[in-house]
Amino acid sequence: MSTATVQETAEVTAPEPFWTRQRRLGVGLVVIGILAAALFGSLAPGEAARFTLSEDAEGAALSINGQLGAVLFGIVTIATGGLLFASFAKKYQNLLLSLGILAFVLSFLCWQVAGKFLPLVDTTSGTLQLALPLILGALAGVLGERSGVVNVAIEGQFLMGAFAGALVGTMATSVWAGLISAAVGGVIIAAILAVLSIRYLVDQTVVGIVLNLFALGVTGFLYERLMQSDASTYNEPPRLPEWRIPGLADIPVIGPVLFDTNLLVWVALGLVVLIHFGLTRTRWGLRTRAVGEHPTAADTVGIRVRGLRYLNVLMGGVVAGLGGAYFTLVATGSFTKNMTAGAGFIALAALIFGRFTPFGALGAALFFGFAQKLATYLSAVGSPVPSQFLNMLPYLATIIAVAGLVGRVRAPAADGVPYIKS
Amino acid sequence: MTTEAPVKKDAEQKDEESFLSVFTRNLWSSNTVTVTFLSIVLAFVIGAVLIVVSDSEVLAKFAYFTARPADALTASWTLISTAYSDLLKGAFGDPEAFNAWFSGTGTWQDALAPISETLTYAAPLVFTGLSVALAFRGGLFNIGAQGQAVIGTITAGVAGFAFGLPIVLNLVVAILAGAIGGALWGFIPGILKARTGAHEVITTIMLNYTAALFLSWLVLQKGVQDPNRTDAISKAVAESAKLPSFGGVLRVHLGILLAVAVTAGVAWLLNRSSFGFELRAVGANQHAAKTAGISVAKTYAVLMAVAGALAGLGGATQVLGTAYALTPAVAGNIGFDGLLVALLGRNKPWGTLWAALLFGALRAGGNRMQSYSGISLELVTVLQALIVIFIAAPALVKAIFRLRATRLVRPGASLAKG
Repeated sequence: MSTATVQETAEVTAPEPFWTRQRRLGVGLVVIGILAAALFGSLAPGEAARFTLSEDAEGAALSINGQLGAVLFGIVTIATGGLLFASFAKKYQNLLLSLGILAFVLSFLCWQVAGKFLPLVDTTSGTLQLALPLILGALAGVLGERSGVVNVAIEGQFLMGAFAGALVGTMATSVWAGLISAAVGGVIIAAILAVLSIRYLVDQTVVGIVLNLFALGVTGFLYERLMQSDASTYNEPPRLPEWRIPGLADIPVIGPVLFDTNLLVWVALGLVVLIHFGLTRTRWGLRTRAVGEHPTAADTVGIRVRGLRYLNVLMGGVVAGLGGAYFTLVATGSFTKNMTAGAGFIALAALIFGRFTPFGALGAALFFGFAQKLATYLSAVGSPVPSQFLNMLPYLATIIAVAGLVGRVRAPAADGVPYIKS
Repeated sequence: MTTEAPVKKDAEQKDEESFLSVFTRNLWSSNTVTVTFLSIVLAFVIGAVLIVVSDSEVLAKFAYFTARPADALTASWTLISTAYSDLLKGAFGDPEAFNAWFSGTGTWQDALAPISETLTYAAPLVFTGLSVALAFRGGLFNIGAQGQAVIGTITAGVAGFAFGLPIVLNLVVAILAGAIGGALWGFIPGILKARTGAHEVITTIMLNYTAALFLSWLVLQKGVQDPNRTDAISKAVAESAKLPSFGGVLRVHLGILLAVAVTAGVAWLLNRSSFGFELRAVGANQHAAKTAGISVAKTYAVLMAVAGALAGLGGATQVLGTAYALTPAVAGNIGFDGLLVALLGRNKPWGTLWAALLFGALRAGGNRMQSYSGISLELVTVLQALIVIFIAAPALVKAIFRLRATRLVRPGASLAKG
């Protein structure tokens, strides 16, 4: 009777919404640019801001009038924001964004440094040193989370690594023994995490948080029982030596920072490249990503899901343990109770802010390290900007990142989901 | 008629089993009580090993263990038994002090002081524990109890010394301020989760440290810092804003009664109110809840605000009941301990209360153990963490003790996926 008529459907493409990510970022940059130019510019004294290339006030320096610099870099920020808003050069939007943020930071620095000086070598090397544990911790997170195991126990692995490094390093009077046992310390926590979350299917976040408290308790207990009463036998580890590579170390700024430093710097930077290469170019990396995104599919093609997760979490323990070694074998030369003081959580923040990638984690860790270094610099020169607020930066940046105000961060699909073979 | 015979036979067979064997079988099957008890035992055993390993004198006796094993064993036993008996005395009372009280040579205050300490430490943990437990039931993992408690201490503390209201009113306002402060701090991750899907585990961790840094900045500001001090401590809260207590060695304050009342309130909210039904539905299966017409986003936002208010109350009891002034470490570790308490209490309101009392007892006992036996208080943190690890992994406890599997499979509280 009735003939079904097929309606001709016109092809409708969804119009691109006006407020794209790029436009929103552009507006954001323009706003902070205006803030920089107007506020920092008007507050900055009209004296020279000197960025010296050496450790102190003497020697060659990049110098700029503070007020001029603050306004100038503020305008650069506004300009990059405008370019982003105008959808100019879509390919390079991340570059423009970084440029805009960099100009904003420089504007802030011009205001703060005006009439004083900022030693670039010290700032850069301080940034890198403070970022070291964050890089290593975040890499440990990358290893675990890309294969689907949430690791919030980075803090605990740091503490265990720092403690084991100090204890064994002192008892064996060898920094290398300390370094190895720091890695073992990290692996111990990682192993508990792995067994409980992979074998016994306990909620991974719960295990992580509880393990942090466990590590805090055990290291604190043994510290008070052993180290406090007899520091020379248990708590005076040798420090990691600084090695200078002749030639390369003479490059201004970069030379002393990268080529006249301790082994851990090279290990951390090398691991970033290695893990990036491993994840994207090797069979192990493909399998890890498969297990992290869709373990069932990975299992059907014959990948051992649980085995791979064990492997990755334990490797993460090694890396995070080395990160813990930074605190005792590089930074201070002795262990104290709860000495990591939340660094493990900043590493977690760097991991998320860096979108679960090695290079992203490196960038985020350097950014957070810079914020910490700047906080100590500002409180040293008596700046009106409270250091606590600069120290909040990593945490707030991460909240903004996960809330998707600046492009949503997406975790691996099977992150935190235990795999039960059916 | 034909079916009755085998049933009868079965029943007869059951009767043949002695009461004792039924009892032991039930005891040894892996029910919640058994697992909880064995977890505590296991934690204490590992704690004992730690005590011995960290004592160089006893350890030296183990060097000639094969020659004279009794030496090492007696020394270890003495060390462990004194430490743990000090722990018990510090938590529940020293028999000698009770004897002195009854014979008239001591005061009742001294005898009851340990129990008072236990209750004092337990009070804030009840609130933070309830905060975590309630959020858990709605499928959210509130790691932010610590930060919410910190903000609670700030608002309660500032309200305690700033307003100068008359008695009773001042205390009520300060407590409410603590709850509101915590609620606002809890609302942030809630609304972010509802609006953008940002994972609450990450946002709450970050907000914890933000709150701690904010507090350490605030206590140094003019108008907040004690004008007579140069270190980081705020003005003391007004006398009228303090939670009433016995004074002297009996530090226990009204907070513990408030905690019991709030536990009852949370139990009612969870099991009897329509919001409680909604949050349990969302926690059990958010998609089904959505289909049933429950607004998941709204539930998340309100739930986190309520959880934040509870943690804020914990902070308020801490500053108005024990500390009386803000310092950077005023909230201690109550938020993270609350997390453990909720896990130990299996995310049930009354279970959380009991767990908080156990943790308070451990903490109070730990203080005595530290000053009498010289065993670091950190051992208590280890014990607490171990207990919760074993509780969280019942399969592990079963494997260690070779418990029989329970026939009744009870669905556990659904935990948020991290």
